[in-house]
Amino acid sequence: MTNRTSPLILTILCFGIAFLYLPMLVLIAYSFNGSALVQVWGGFSTKWYVELFHNDQILDAALLSVEIAVTASTGAVILGTLAAIALVRFPRFRGRLLLTGMVNAPLIMPEIITGITLVLLFMSMTEMFSWPTTRGFTTIVIAHVAFCMGYVTITVQSRLQTVDKTLEEAAMDLGSGPVRAFCDVTLPIIAPSLVSGWLLSFTLSLDDLVISSFVAGPGSSTLPMVIYSKVKLGVSPDVNALASLVIGIVGIGVIIAGTLMRRAERQRAIDLQMAAR
Amino acid sequence: MQAEELNIDLRAPELTALGVPAPSTARRRWVDAAFRRYRHWLIILPPFLFLTIFFVIPFLFAFKISFADSTIGIPPFTPLFGPIQDNHINISISTDNYDYLFTDDLYILSYLYSVRTAFFATLVCLLIGYPMAYAMSRASKTTQNLLLLIIILPFWTSFLLRVYALETIVRENGLLNETLLWLGLIDHPLRIMRTTGAVYLGIVYSYLPFMVLPLYATLEKLDHSLVEASADLGQPPWRAFIDVTLPLSLPGVIAGSMLVFIPAIGEYVIPSLMGGPNSLMIGRVLWDEFFSNHDWPVASAVAIAFVVLLVGPIAIYQHYNVKQLEA
Repeated sequence: MTNRTSPLILTILCFGIAFLYLPMLVLIAYSFNGSALVQVWGGFSTKWYVELFHNDQILDAALLSVEIAVTASTGAVILGTLAAIALVRFPRFRGRLLLTGMVNAPLIMPEIITGITLVLLFMSMTEMFSWPTTRGFTTIVIAHVAFCMGYVTITVQSRLQTVDKTLEEAAMDLGSGPVRAFCDVTLPIIAPSLVSGWLLSFTLSLDDLVISSFVAGPGSSTLPMVIYSKVKLGVSPDVNALASLVIGIVGIGVIIAGTLMRRAERQRAIDLQMAAR
Repeated sequence: MQAEELNIDLRAPELTALGVPAPSTARRRWVDAAFRRYRHWLIILPPFLFLTIFFVIPFLFAFKISFADSTIGIPPFTPLFGPIQDNHINISISTDNYDYLFTDDLYILSYLYSVRTAFFATLVCLLIGYPMAYAMSRASKTTQNLLLLIIILPFWTSFLLRVYALETIVRENGLLNETLLWLGLIDHPLRIMRTTGAVYLGIVYSYLPFMVLPLYATLEKLDHSLVEASADLGQPPWRAFIDVTLPLSLPGVIAGSMLVFIPAIGEYVIPSLMGGPNSLMIGRVLWDEFFSNHDWPVASAVAIAFVVLLVGPIAIYQHYNVKQLEA
């Protein structure tokens, strides 16, 4: 039944995948080009990588971006998971529809709109409450939490829907309170979705250019902002090296996380089978 | 009654052990009942308040500021509610910004250009993405997982860096032109960068995974015996596709199209890095209005008008999304 797909469709699949991957592979190849000129192959060299690690501007921006991404994705996982629990476990409460909308809308809202409305909010807040005093780390983290938590909610929500509620009820019958029952029984089951939600938020935050540009004050440049200004000015070979590094780390990270999670999943399935026996 | 007592005791054993005097039973029961009744708000409120303050209220501020006049200063706009004089508040609401949107061709043209670009880019994504998702859904389970990883990986990779990677290939002295010149297919480099074509290419390249994933999700669930039944009844494969597969995968088509179409209209990075001076997409106009012209009221008005235009597509997306979640 599987080998009936027409060759034309398979060709399009292969073409599509090649289209998605070729530019990135070429970029990685270029990053090892000894010559600063793109059209000339100057031999294999890692000098752009060495140069990268001497560029304080890039290193500072990378550090700031990682700090923001860790804080924002942690916040997004906490709030996003709470929202998922609210939506799955409490089928009727006042404002449920509003919460659903607020969780989902940031996912498709064009970034530029989110960015501009948030900076107007921060400016008005500074005027009214004299907080935030400066725009930078805090405002970027808040903005990132706001647009990342929807991804966490969707990931956790779909997982939470599959969890057997009777297990938790059993724990409650045995005397543990609802919070305790949730943490002991359900939380371990949905933990993989929390991890993938965190990772997704981390990469989204690390990558964000538009929203950060709006809500960042002068002096706080994240990595995408530095890359963007360098790219805008023209070709710079150290950006090739930086891009390859980021693509490589993210790629390897996703593959490792995926494999680990699949293994944990398989283990869980085996455990369940053993328990059922 | 006894069971209730027992429950309370079980929940606070540490308190009784510490010798904390128990409040009167009636009051305890009342507090307990109130807590039981409202405790779910402890979970609902934090995300609810956060999103209200940092997602909904910002739109109200943008709406307010879109009626202000721009001035030079910090913040660069006039207050709507002026100081109180002679016992009445000065309210200065100016609809100039909206008038300006409709009188200056720039805004209307860039809206139309953005919608057109996003529409055709979405169409191309659909034409490439549908066969890809279909082929994926028909592969063996192991291959499906591998293909899924292959499609998801770019989704995790930096958007900006992927656009940059594409740029390095299609630029005048990039790999594409060098290869075509070397093959002798062209005798002078093609000009791809800084054209409308480059914007299409960039959007299709960046958003293709967003199209493939929801399509794959619906096609994978599709019961293929229906297609076989149609074939058994003597229908040619293309009829089976039109009558069975396509209608059943429609939710995926719409979800995928909206996931590409809506963000693509507001795209800033792609037109500014790859497009020419003529590719005035609304995201770019908004950015320039804000950062270069420092005209915040006009930028707010552009944003508000843009959101109003997006309400329709977003509603369609939410509708099909909810349907798909329920399925």
